Amino acid sequence: MAGLSQAVGSLFLKEFVAAFALTFKYLWFRQKATINYPFEKGPVSPRFRGEHALRRYPNGEERCIACKLCEAICPAQAITIEAGPRRNDGTRRTVRYDIDMVKCIYCGFCQEACPVDAIVEGPNFEFSTETREELYFDKAKLLANGDRWEREIARNLQLDAPYR
Amino acid sequence: MTKLKVDGKEIEVPDHFTLLQACEEAGAEVPRFCFHERLSVAGNCRMCLVEVKGGPPKPAASCAMGVRDIRGGPNGELPEVYTNTPMVKKAREGVMEFLLINHPLDCPICDQGGECDLQDQAMAFGIDSSRYTENKRAVEDKYIGPLVKTVMNRCIHCTRCVRFTTEVGGISELGLIGRGEDAEITTYLEQAMTSELQGNVVDLCPVGALTSKPFAFTARPWELNKTESIDVMDAVGSAIRVDTRGREVMRIMPRVNEAVNEEWISDKTRFIWDGLKTQRLDRPYVRRDGRLQAASWGEAFAAIKSAVAAAPANKIGAIAGDIASVEEMYALKSLIASLGSENIDCRQDGSAFDPSLGRASYIFNPTIEGIEKADALLIVGSNPRYEAAVLNARIRKRFRRGNFPIGLIGEAGEMRWDYEYLGAGPDTLTDLVENGNAFIDKLTAAKNPMIIVGPGAVARADGAAILALAARLAATVGAVTEDWNGFGVLHTAASRVGGLDLGFVPGANGLNASDMLKSMDVLFLLGADEMAFGGKGAKFTVYIGSHGDAGAHTADVILPAAAYTEKSGTWVNLEGRVQMGNRAGFAPGEAREDWAILRALSDVLGHKLPFDSLSALRAKLYAEFPHFAEIDEVAAGTGEQVAKLSMVAGRADKAAFASSVKDFYLTNPIARASAVMAECSALARNNFQVAAE
Repeated sequence: MAGLSQAVGSLFLKEFVAAFALTFKYLWFRQKATINYPFEKGPVSPRFRGEHALRRYPNGEERCIACKLCEAICPAQAITIEAGPRRNDGTRRTVRYDIDMVKCIYCGFCQEACPVDAIVEGPNFEFSTETREELYFDKAKLLANGDRWEREIARNLQLDAPYR
Repeated sequence: MTKLKVDGKEIEVPDHFTLLQACEEAGAEVPRFCFHERLSVAGNCRMCLVEVKGGPPKPAASCAMGVRDIRGGPNGELPEVYTNTPMVKKAREGVMEFLLINHPLDCPICDQGGECDLQDQAMAFGIDSSRYTENKRAVEDKYIGPLVKTVMNRCIHCTRCVRFTTEVGGISELGLIGRGEDAEITTYLEQAMTSELQGNVVDLCPVGALTSKPFAFTARPWELNKTESIDVMDAVGSAIRVDTRGREVMRIMPRVNEAVNEEWISDKTRFIWDGLKTQRLDRPYVRRDGRLQAASWGEAFAAIKSAVAAAPANKIGAIAGDIASVEEMYALKSLIASLGSENIDCRQDGSAFDPSLGRASYIFNPTIEGIEKADALLIVGSNPRYEAAVLNARIRKRFRRGNFPIGLIGEAGEMRWDYEYLGAGPDTLTDLVENGNAFIDKLTAAKNPMIIVGPGAVARADGAAILALAARLAATVGAVTEDWNGFGVLHTAASRVGGLDLGFVPGANGLNASDMLKSMDVLFLLGADEMAFGGKGAKFTVYIGSHGDAGAHTADVILPAAAYTEKSGTWVNLEGRVQMGNRAGFAPGEAREDWAILRALSDVLGHKLPFDSLSALRAKLYAEFPHFAEIDEVAAGTGEQVAKLSMVAGRADKAAFASSVKDFYLTNPIARASAVMAECSALARNNFQVAAE
C-alpha cells in the first residue's frame, strides 16, 4: 500500500508541486521579510547602542563635566579624557575627549556611568569608514554627533526613562 | 593602664587613650571626620558615636571621651563599649543624614571624588536616601591663596583646617565664624594664607571643601601611579609619594614617616611639580661662537674631551649642587680623582664643614624626633621656618607642650613660636660662651638642652670659628652627654650631608667651590646653580643638570640629566638619615640619569669608571662607605667629634648672621622653573611689604 501511494505521489510530482506552492505563497501572498536597505530601514529599539555622541543642554552648554567615570568604567579602555578648568569661567571641563571606536565594544557602560547623560550611544549605526583613523573620534566629532542626533537621542532617553 | 571591653573583647590601654583609640586598638573601626591623631580633639562631627554600657543612655562621641571617663559595673565588671549595636548603627545613619543635608551632591565635579572620607563613609555607614527636601545651604567660596582652592558648600565644619593652622602651622589664619547653619570657614579678611605648611589642609580636609588649586580637575586618584620617594627641596628629606600619569608627574603627596615629617610636607615640596615640566634641558648643548647650540651626545663629549686634554690635572674641578644624589656625587668624585685632581666641593654656599672631624660635626645630632625630648633650645644663625619648614613644625610641637625656652641669635622674625631674642651676630655668641647670661642658665639647667646652628652662621668666611664656638657652648651647657647630643647643624641642601659623608670636599691641595669658580680650566657643575656666576673665571664649564638655570646659562657644554623624580637615588637628610628615592617617571627627551652620563663621559675621557649599572655603582659605594647601605637609619656621631669641633681655632668677625634662604619659594632650579612657586613668592614679598609699611 505504501509503495502504491509513493508511486502515485511520484507520478503527479507531489513534492514538486508542494515546493512550488510554498515558494509562490511567500512570493505573492506573504509580506516580504527583506527590506530595500539603503532606502528602507528596520526598526531600532530606544535602547539601541550605536554611535557615541556628547550631548549639550538646550542652552548650548556642553553637558560633560569631566568626572571621568566613563573612562574609569570602560572595559575596553577606549575612552581617553584630559580635564582642566575651562579658560573663561574656571568650570570643570574636558580638554580632550577621545573614543577609539575601533576598541569600543558597544557595551553601553559609559552611558550608564554618566551622571549627566552627556555621553550616550545614539541610534546611528551607519558610521563605517574607509580608514581606521576616521574611527578615532575626538571631542569635536562627538559633540557634532550630539548636535546631529539630539532629537532622536532625547526621544529614546524619554522612552526608556520609566525603566531606569 | 585601664582595662575595658570593646564589643565584648577585653583590652588594656594607656590611661590617656580616648574611647576611639581604644576601639581602634581592639580592631573595631570607628568612622570619624573631625578627629585627627595629630590635632586636638574637637568632637563636633559626631560621626564617631559609640554605645557605652553604664554610661548615659545615649550614644557617646568616642573621640572626646577618655577611657577613664567611663565606669564599670558595681561588682567590678569592666566598662563596656559597643561599636556594632543597633543603637550605634542608627546613630551613624542619623549623623550621616544630617551631614548630607547641606553637602552638595557634586561628587562628579569634585576633586576629592575617589579619595573622599565623606563619600566612603556615606557608602559604608549611611542610608541610601534623605528625608530632607528643602534647599541646601549655599556658601560663598573664599579666596585663601594660590595653593588652596575652596568650595565652601562642601564644608562639613570639622575644623581640622582651623586646628591645623593654629596648632601645627602656628598662625591663626583660618577660623570658623557664625553659628549653626551660618557657620563658615574663612581667613576673616579674604586674604591669602601665609603658612609654609598650608598645603597640608588639603590632605586634612575630609571632604572636597579645600582642594589643591594647581591640581584642580586635572586627574582622578584612580588613574595615578603612586611612587614612594624622598623630597629634596630642603635637607629634611620628607617622605613623599609622587603621583604620575604616564610620564607626567601630576602631584606630590606626603607619606607618614614619624621620625622625619610625621605626615606634613612644606608647600615647596608639595607644589613643585609644575617646575618639573618647564625649563627642562632635554638635549645636550655646546657653546659655539658664544652661543649655546643644540648638539648630539657625541659632540658634547668630544668638546669636553678636548677641553680636559688641554687642561692640567690641578686645573680640573667639580662642584656638586644642592639636590644631587649620593650616587652621582660618588661617580663624579671617582671621575675627578681618576683625572688626577683634588678639586671637588659639595658646599657651593661656602659653608665651613670639615668631614674629617667626624659625622657629629655636621649632622643634626639630636634628630628631628629628638626635638620633642629637648627642654631648652638656642638657635644660632638660622631661620628654621624657611630653611626647614617641617622641622619648624616639630619645634612648634615641642613649644606647645610648654616649658621650652627658646633663644635666638640671628635675624629676628616671625617664627611660629615665641623666643627670647639674644642678639644678631657672633659677638652675642662669644659673649654667651665667655660671660654667660640668664639664657645660658636656662640652657644649663635643662636636662636636654639643644643648640641649632644654621647656614646663616656657617656659610661665611668665619663659619668654622662660629661652628667651633657653638660646639664649645654645647659642651659648656651640657648639651653633649652620654645619652643626649643636643648639638644640631641645620642644612638647607638635600645633598649636603651625603656629600660630606662621601668626602666630596677639596683634598689637601684642592680648592674650594668659590676659588674653583674663579680659576679652573675645566669645571664640572653637577646641578650647581646657587653660586655667584658673575665672577666666574673658569675657562670651560660643563653643566650636568635638569633645568636651564643660572648654571646652565654660564656653561660651555650642557649635559641634560634627570630630575629627582626621574631617578633612583640616595639622599642623606640633615639628621644623617640615609633615604632612598625611587624613579616615578622618565627624564624628557635625550636626558639621562646623572650617574650614567658620568659613566659614559668617563669612557670618552679614557678613565672608564668601574661600574656599568646602578647596582654595581651602589655595590662599590657601599663597600667604601658602609653606612649608605643602612637605608632609613642614622649612623650617629659621637660626643668626642663635637668636642674635637670645639677645638677648631679661628676668629669670628662682627657681621650679623643672615639667613641663607632669601626666598623660601625659590631656593632651587626646579622651584625657580615653577609658575606656582613664582606666584607664591610674589605674594609673600607683597605681604612682607605690606607688613613693613
